[in-house]
Amino acid sequence: MLLIPCPFCGEREESEFHQGGEAHIERPKNPDKLSDAEWADYLFLRDNKKGLYLERWVHRHGCRRWFNVARDTATNEIKTVYKMGAKPPRGLTKGRAK
Amino acid sequence: MASAPRMSKYSIFSLVRNALAYHEGWEQVWRSPEPKPEYDVIIVGGGGHGLATAFYLAKEHGITNVAVIEKGWLGGGNTGRNTTIIRSNYLWDESAGIYEKSLQLYEGLSQELNFNIMLSQRGVLNLAHNLHDMRELERRVNANRLNGIDSEILSTAEIQDFIPIINTSPKSRYPILGGSLQRRGGTARHDAIAWGFARGADQRGVDIIQQCEVTGIRQSRGKVTGVETTKGLIKAKTVGVVVAGHSSVLAGMAGFRLTVNSYPLQALVSEPIKPVLDTVVMSNAVHVYVSQSDKGELVIGAGIDGCHGYTQRGSLHVIEGQLGALCELFPIFSRLRMMRQWGGIVDTCPDASPIIGKTPVGGLYFNCGWGTGGFKATPGSGWAFAHTLANGEPHPLNAPFTLDRFTTGKLIDEHGAAAVAH
Ligand SMILES: Cc1cc2nc3c(=O)[nH]c(=O)nc-3n(C[C@H](O)[C@H](O)[C@H](O)COP(=O)(O)OP(=O)(O)OC[C@H]3O[C@@H](n4cnc5c(N)ncnc54)[C@H](O)[C@@H]3O)c2cc1C
Ligand SMILES: [Zn+2]
Repeated sequence: MLLIPCPFCGEREESEFHQGGEAHIERPKNPDKLSDAEWADYLFLRDNKKGLYLERWVHRHGCRRWFNVARDTATNEIKTVYKMGAKPPRGLTKGRAK
Repeated sequence: MASAPRMSKYSIFSLVRNALAYHEGWEQVWRSPEPKPEYDVIIVGGGGHGLATAFYLAKEHGITNVAVIEKGWLGGGNTGRNTTIIRSNYLWDESAGIYEKSLQLYEGLSQELNFNIMLSQRGVLNLAHNLHDMRELERRVNANRLNGIDSEILSTAEIQDFIPIINTSPKSRYPILGGSLQRRGGTARHDAIAWGFARGADQRGVDIIQQCEVTGIRQSRGKVTGVETTKGLIKAKTVGVVVAGHSSVLAGMAGFRLTVNSYPLQALVSEPIKPVLDTVVMSNAVHVYVSQSDKGELVIGAGIDGCHGYTQRGSLHVIEGQLGALCELFPIFSRLRMMRQWGGIVDTCPDASPIIGKTPVGGLYFNCGWGTGGFKATPGSGWAFAHTLANGEPHPLNAPFTLDRFTTGKLIDEHGAAAVAH
């Protein structure tokens, strides 16, 4: 069970939350112009990284707000959380293999 | 050729002979060679699927200049961590093809490998707890039958008769409306699958290299030329990657992405008890699947964790929820102690179907995405993948399972038939 620091409510147990997959995947701005390959990229292809991973969570049984989490998928260590729309904190992704 | 592979056959006579010699004369089951600088084919990953691929490459296609490269020990990944349920009752024709091929190979495997894989066709029962479950099961049973796969519906009374200890009370939290049974389904010994295929491949000249991690994939002009490993560069123009939960990591080394997401999936075993359950029971709705091992332990599988990860252990609250459901279905289990719990990293695909075939890199093939349910597919997957590596083209059995289907939209949605929702 992870302890997740919700940016709005503080630390709560994982069972109050729901993970929403990889963060920073933007919905295409002009969907009618997209090729099949671009759709596949947006919908299905994922980094699925071992190591630092940026993901979205929602505090489903709490404040019901979405936010981003930077977690190491090899250790489950949560590095930081930050709000939707914000860029990942600088320095976090530096020097990491993709 | 290096040390010529020996071939001593296991039989009642060899057992007696070795028993009389205090079991000190058993020879090693496979060699542990140093890697050669180059092979015709390299298989990355010494789980059941990788070893089966090597075996069928040698046996069916005569390709024996092959190395299997494993970063840990054989079968130490999901092959050695799963709950060993085998069945072929999938919904779509594509899946029916490959899973049924696999089940048929399983049925002859102890003979073919001269290694007792302890296949036990004790039946696999899927439970329905609501009307929707029931309709799904009925649809699937009909689809199975159209594909010539044995499958039948059991009523609540028939289930009670089949499994006396199950709780069919209509007042139960998870009432049982009926179920589907595949009598040819069952279990097999997971280690024996890895070891039997390893022995068969080794005997035919395949080099099995353990404790050797692949750290890079070399390419030149869009084609694979070899793999970098902790034991140095090993060259090959054909490389098959079969690393389950680590598939995206290896795809990353080769410079492309997959549709795979990795999650911890857990299982646990109870203390051993007298025989109480002579079949396999699965409930997709509550994520319980349970059978009793020959040693008497209950082997229980859970659902995947709530978030991606590579920490081979999983969260306790997942097991808690699932054991609650287990005790509701089998009140008799409520006083049992659980002895061991573990996790494996499963490679789930968006349509709950595998990817077996080409990649954007020439000569580089992937076999992955089996997720929570690939043990049952081990021989069939290896058989089809060996064909693909030998011919550079997929066999009709695995041709539908391309990475490209996520671009064309021709998905093979098996969420209903896959045991664990993901
Ligand atoms: C708890 C649990 C229960 C399950 N229950 C069932 C079930 O009842 N029925 C069923 O059909 N399926 C089940 N499954 C799924 C099944 O176990 C897998 O789909 C199947 O075993 C995958 O086999 P594999 O050979 O592809 O992978 P693995 O056995 O995981 O083998 C992959 C190998 O690749 C190696 N590797 C990884 N990276 C590298 C590298 N860089 N270099 C070299 N080697 C590397 C790993 O060490 C590993 O040994 C279950 C899985 C789990 C975890
Ligand atoms: Zn909150």
